[in-house]
Amino acid sequence: MSAVIENHHDDHHHGPAKGLTRWLYTTNHKDIGTLYLWFSFAMFLIGGAMAMVIRAELFQPGMQIVEPEFYNQMITLHGLIMIFGGVMPAFVGLANWLVPMMIGAPDMALPRMNNLSFWILPFAFFILLSSLFMEGGAPNFGWTFYAPLSTTYAPPSVTFFIFSVHIMGASSIMGAINVVVTIMNMRAPGVGLMKMPLFVWSWLITAYLLIAVMPVLAGAVTMMLMDIHFGTSFFNAAGGGDPVLFQHIFWFFGHPEVYIMILPAFGIVSHIIETFSRKQLFGYSSMVWAMLSIAILSFVVWAHHMFTVGLPLAAELFFMWATMLIAVPTGVKVFNWIATMFRGSITFETPMLFAIAFVVLFTMGGFSGLMLAITPADFQYHDTYFVVAHFHYVLVPGAIFSIMAAVYYWIPKWCGNMYDERLGKLHFWLSFIGVNVTFFPQHFIGLAGMPRRVPDYALQFADWNMVSSVGAFLFGVSQLLFLFIVVKTVMGGKKATDQVWEGARGLEWTVASPAPYHTFTTPPKID
Amino acid sequence: MSPKFLKNFQQNIIFALVLFSSSVKADWFALNMTRGITDISNEVFELHMLIFWICVAIGVVVFSVMFYSMYAHTKKKNPVPATFHESTKVEIAWTIIPFLILIAMAIPASKTLVKIYDDEAGDINIQVTGYQWKWQYRYLEDDISFFSNPSTDPDEIYNLVPKGENYLQEVDEMVLIPAGKKVRFLITANDVIHSWWMPAFAIKQDAIPGFVNTAWTKVDKPGIYRGKCTELCGKNHGFMPVVVKVVEQDEYDQWVSEKKDMAMKMAELTTKDWTTEELVSRGEDIYALNCVACHQVNGEGIQGIFPALAGSDISLNNKERHIEILMEGVQGAAMNSFSYLSEVELASVITYTRQAWGNAENGDGEIVIPKDIVEYKKPKI
Repeated sequence: MSAVIENHHDDHHHGPAKGLTRWLYTTNHKDIGTLYLWFSFAMFLIGGAMAMVIRAELFQPGMQIVEPEFYNQMITLHGLIMIFGGVMPAFVGLANWLVPMMIGAPDMALPRMNNLSFWILPFAFFILLSSLFMEGGAPNFGWTFYAPLSTTYAPPSVTFFIFSVHIMGASSIMGAINVVVTIMNMRAPGVGLMKMPLFVWSWLITAYLLIAVMPVLAGAVTMMLMDIHFGTSFFNAAGGGDPVLFQHIFWFFGHPEVYIMILPAFGIVSHIIETFSRKQLFGYSSMVWAMLSIAILSFVVWAHHMFTVGLPLAAELFFMWATMLIAVPTGVKVFNWIATMFRGSITFETPMLFAIAFVVLFTMGGFSGLMLAITPADFQYHDTYFVVAHFHYVLVPGAIFSIMAAVYYWIPKWCGNMYDERLGKLHFWLSFIGVNVTFFPQHFIGLAGMPRRVPDYALQFADWNMVSSVGAFLFGVSQLLFLFIVVKTVMGGKKATDQVWEGARGLEWTVASPAPYHTFTTPPKID
Repeated sequence: MSPKFLKNFQQNIIFALVLFSSSVKADWFALNMTRGITDISNEVFELHMLIFWICVAIGVVVFSVMFYSMYAHTKKKNPVPATFHESTKVEIAWTIIPFLILIAMAIPASKTLVKIYDDEAGDINIQVTGYQWKWQYRYLEDDISFFSNPSTDPDEIYNLVPKGENYLQEVDEMVLIPAGKKVRFLITANDVIHSWWMPAFAIKQDAIPGFVNTAWTKVDKPGIYRGKCTELCGKNHGFMPVVVKVVEQDEYDQWVSEKKDMAMKMAELTTKDWTTEELVSRGEDIYALNCVACHQVNGEGIQGIFPALAGSDISLNNKERHIEILMEGVQGAAMNSFSYLSEVELASVITYTRQAWGNAENGDGEIVIPKDIVEYKKPKI
């Protein structure tokens, strides 16, 4: 490990190249981090625009704005774009920026692969979005693409969808390998595994999850491709295949995927709460163990997405109990955050507001998750808006709030300027109100019996759907404010100190603001 | 944000809500799961409420500590932070206590689940088959079979006329079951995966092609109960209601004998001599129920997905292939076999599509009579 660092005698400091080629050819972890973050922001806005179409159609009962066929394309693309284009690349971007700086490494371990893993992503999403303009329209079978709706009954664009998922998968796997190799080999002397910042830990675990499950997804879509074009019958009952097999494979990928989207958030929130409480994290090692247990459990709970497919009783019981068990390590994390705040010296800057909202609203998503784990009750909740409310609570004020918190927290380090605190707080409150007005009523309409993925609904669901739509428009518009704040901060503003935040700890705060193009070309000294 | 703006904003929302809610009947109080009407659905409801209140209790405790901290431990009030961290005792406690709470939840949940899985044969067995986008019910003991099609007027859906009380929750023919009997549903599908959900019975079972899932219920209270398809099954997934009517035993028996008589009459129709007009008028209704969702009212289909019937070579000049497609479906496409329709229905719908939209004038104009279908069904040597 140290050999890598000692051989790095390339001491002439050079800045970034000029013009467009800087971004095309860059192997610098900070440039690539920036690319990932802007890309995910663009996808967030596109996926968000689709959510606006969905909520506009659901504003009132009856069909007003789009046709059912197009509505199904919207829900499918909204899900795919937000997950694979919004949340995941944002976390990879944060990992690129922060992991090397947090462990005192000069860059990612595999910089050229880093460049490749980013630059194939725009092509993947170009292909996916172009399917909107193809004959037969875009994929319309939901982001979970259950066979045979996604095979025998799919529009012709499904082949492009498969290709695009393959590219996204390849990108994720490369990104994950890079993170693992960097963390395992490039820590500065003295940064032992149990001394790593929690964000690094969370990403190490996430990267292993990615390496384990993205190939499973690739397998699933390849089998689909074979069924569609090469006459196989993996998922076609008429040919001796098994449509339920698809769901087992998909959710064996899909459930760890859920934790891929939340573990880095755990890392981020731990740092922010520690900083703004001005108090050491209550239980570092229990936080690490909690994340590890959640990751391991994530491999044995997949069938809780499939309680209604007709599993045998023993399987239903096993998956119910295993799923409930996840509440224990998740609880440990929440208790730890609160114990960290307890008797701290708290201030409420924008990152802290987002982090606190994360803890409260993610916990609420956890509660509804626990309810969904109860199999007999799940027979009533399954595939209703209650599920929609649940996973949006863990993904929007969960994963996405953590990403926003991270941007506010680290942006002074990235570009050397402080963001506008007043605007940041305004953005927080608009988002906080918007997200709750959107998703809280969805618990009601779900429990009252409205199925998900429908473009129209019975009259008893009209009131709360309208409230939900109003909240969604508010949340959507507020994100343009976020874009404005970020651009404004990048362009200028009050200069940030190197320390930035009074209570912040970690190697990234020891370098200048903005962080120089190359940091830690010689490893830092750590006691 | 200025308070004035906030106030205006609120007023606008309230105004919008009042404006729109006056135009449709709606319900602000549809907030929770309904209790249902069977023992099982009652038990599920109790379980749901139990877990809900446990979650609320945990939430109150956890968030009180957090909010207290946010109130009392600010930098202003507590400028010097405490330095405590790690406490094995506390950490063991907050691992063990949640674990015990979970066990307390798992016990009643497992008990109810075992009860739901009690799968002995029912007094009445009904096979439920999901199709894009309707349900077929087959009473295995009585050999009755019919389709339950969504019956909401498209004009209501497209806001041309006011929406009725049971908007999107109504069908042309409900599935009847007798009160007080154990009814078992054998649930499957013909094309894609659907899901048969009847909230009042707490039954939700996926209908999967090639699989038969079972669910059972025993309803004591007669009435009409409404549910929906809950698995995305394509374009009209949102328009695929489930409606069950529970009646007293004697009413049920009467209904069964009526259905049997009707089936007999249908069989007789096969041998009757049919005129083109009779076939076309019958065929138009069948087309509206079975074909229109994909091939459209004007027979033009949807470009790139569903082929046009108006002016297609098969509808114009190839009667044999036309019958074959309806009987066998098209491999690898969304077109399924419709061989489950009766001979009369098949003949009339084929004749209709060969006559409508100028097809008769542009093609050979040949009609298909029920006998042709009977002929097709005979084993070929």
